[in-house]
Amino acid sequence: MANEICFRTLHLDTSWSLEAYQSVGGYSVWKKIFTDNITPASIIDELKLSSLRGRGGAGFPTGLKWSFISRGAPGQKYIVCNSDEGEPGTFKDRDILRFNPHQIIEGIAIAAYVMGASIGYHYVRGEFFEGFERIENALLEARKLGLIGKNILGSGFDFELHNVSGAGAYICGEETALMESIEGKKGFPRFKPPFPANYGVYGRPTNINNTETFASVPVILQHGGKWFLELGKPNNGGCKIFSVSGHVNAPGNYEIPLGTPFAKLLEMAGGMKGGRKLKAVIPGGSSAPVLTAHQMLDLTMDYDAISQAGSMLGSGAVIIMDETTCMVKVLLRIAHFYAEESCGQCTPCREGTGWMFRILQRIEAGKGSLKDLDQVLEIANGISGRTICALGDAAAMPVQSFLKHFRDEFESYINHQQCLAQTI
Amino acid sequence: MTVILSLKAKQSIDAWLLKYPIDQKQSCVIHALKVLQDENGGWLTEGAIEAVAAYLAMPKIAVYEVATFYSMFELQPIGKHKISVCTNIACLLNNGDKIVQHLKKRLNIEWGETTQDGCFTLKEVECLAACDGAPAMQIGQIYYENLTPERIDDILATLEPKEIKDGK
Ligand SMILES: Cc1cc2nc3c(=O)[nH]c(=O)nc-3n(C[C@H](O)[C@H](O)[C@H](O)COP(=O)(O)O)c2cc1C
Ligand code: FES
Repeated sequence: MANEICFRTLHLDTSWSLEAYQSVGGYSVWKKIFTDNITPASIIDELKLSSLRGRGGAGFPTGLKWSFISRGAPGQKYIVCNSDEGEPGTFKDRDILRFNPHQIIEGIAIAAYVMGASIGYHYVRGEFFEGFERIENALLEARKLGLIGKNILGSGFDFELHNVSGAGAYICGEETALMESIEGKKGFPRFKPPFPANYGVYGRPTNINNTETFASVPVILQHGGKWFLELGKPNNGGCKIFSVSGHVNAPGNYEIPLGTPFAKLLEMAGGMKGGRKLKAVIPGGSSAPVLTAHQMLDLTMDYDAISQAGSMLGSGAVIIMDETTCMVKVLLRIAHFYAEESCGQCTPCREGTGWMFRILQRIEAGKGSLKDLDQVLEIANGISGRTICALGDAAAMPVQSFLKHFRDEFESYINHQQCLAQTI
Repeated sequence: MTVILSLKAKQSIDAWLLKYPIDQKQSCVIHALKVLQDENGGWLTEGAIEAVAAYLAMPKIAVYEVATFYSMFELQPIGKHKISVCTNIACLLNNGDKIVQHLKKRLNIEWGETTQDGCFTLKEVECLAACDGAPAMQIGQIYYENLTPERIDDILATLEPKEIKDGK
């Protein structure tokens, strides 16, 4: 089974239209909540049963997260959807926005009902003009039908959703930086605690989820938490979108059950380009530790299996590298990314990311020494766990894992002043 | 000198302001800067920053902070078309280097530079979330994917000033 959750309209013409969405049961859950008086508690129970875990990177259980803000708590509360999608290798939220925007809206609205939030912000990455237009149009259509706005379907429940957009900053995908950005500031992550559930947008209780997380909710509630759970495996419920890129014949998004063997996903993605041999895989976006071909071919694609192997499922971005890949060049490019995107707030990250990048640049230029490898590792270890947000760890993990699994190749590069794998 | 906001700019900012609580006008700063940048041919003058500060009742430095933090804002004059080329992992793995070389050679400029006729500016950007179409780039609002040197020539030909092509 593939493409049955967030991509369930994909086979239809103009899959993003209201008609397409309604033809697969879209908004039926939202309507049923009011006609059948479904309680917030029962929705949370269903999500807990489904074992849906956050699709933004950390894999936090969604049902549990939704129980942190109680519906009855007084004062303004907010729901935020995170469509900032900037993790290198990840391109799934862009496609949900473009091809099934109504489902995101329905998911956010359900969250608003569960937590009693009357206002939602949907933060869309600045570069996504097409996706923004699609979801703006979808929102207009939903408002016209009385599905969003005041006194929704005569229930007395009000919920207003606003699409807003960023302007180019990876860090704004971090939840508290995103809230700062909504408030009109530069994206500096906030120190936690307090967590968004207590202190979020404008200092008010806020629930934030990833686009894919929200878009999964209507389908879960339509078919039941048990159904979703059983699509995947225990503690890893349902299907998830994997964005497969790199050296494969058919790169693309594949929405498949969690627990699917990696080898099967690779086959779905058309296999290795040019019939070359698999060398390494980054299984969850550039922040996730790299794994070797040998490790990957035994793994299933789910949170627990990938984490036991020493990496992370992260955002589900699976970057495939074949035998011709120069690991020095790839790590250099990753280091460049974090040095560019560090917001500069915490010293270890601001200084460390630039320092690692410069050392790797030196190695790549053929001027490195073996001591540089220890130095770069020491810097990475010095950043880990010493920053306000997880960007620091995200910058350290590639360095640590590339040197753990491919140190030989780095040493050989330094000794020969060039890459001995055929260059990319 | 502070820029005077056009009626259109004001209307757009005012409509966007409705998304936020009445006492949180600052939230609109990113949108306001985008509107002014678009009206000014793709970059922000100091006067534009001052105008946004005045309109949203923010300290100028707070607007400046935002304008310098986000990569889509330009603080220097820029070509008519900004070519934002991804060089991140998936693009790198799919011969992105060749695309970059081709662009630099064809336009005869380096990263961050603008062609002499003011038509194109070349900018290196991070992953555009189009890795299944790597190598990828964005010009204005449009994504171009699965790039080859030939495709790039075709794309640029449609964007080059008409007068030159028509020999006017
Ligand atoms: C540097 C950094 C960048 C992030 N970028 C994103 C992003 O682009 N999209 C996203 O959904 N989550 C991103 N996250 C994770 C969010 O902070 C947050 O955990 C997530 O939006 C929660 O949603 P979920 O529980 O549905 O996964 C990022 C985290 C960090 C540290
Ligand atoms: S790496 Fe170039 S679009 Fe993602």
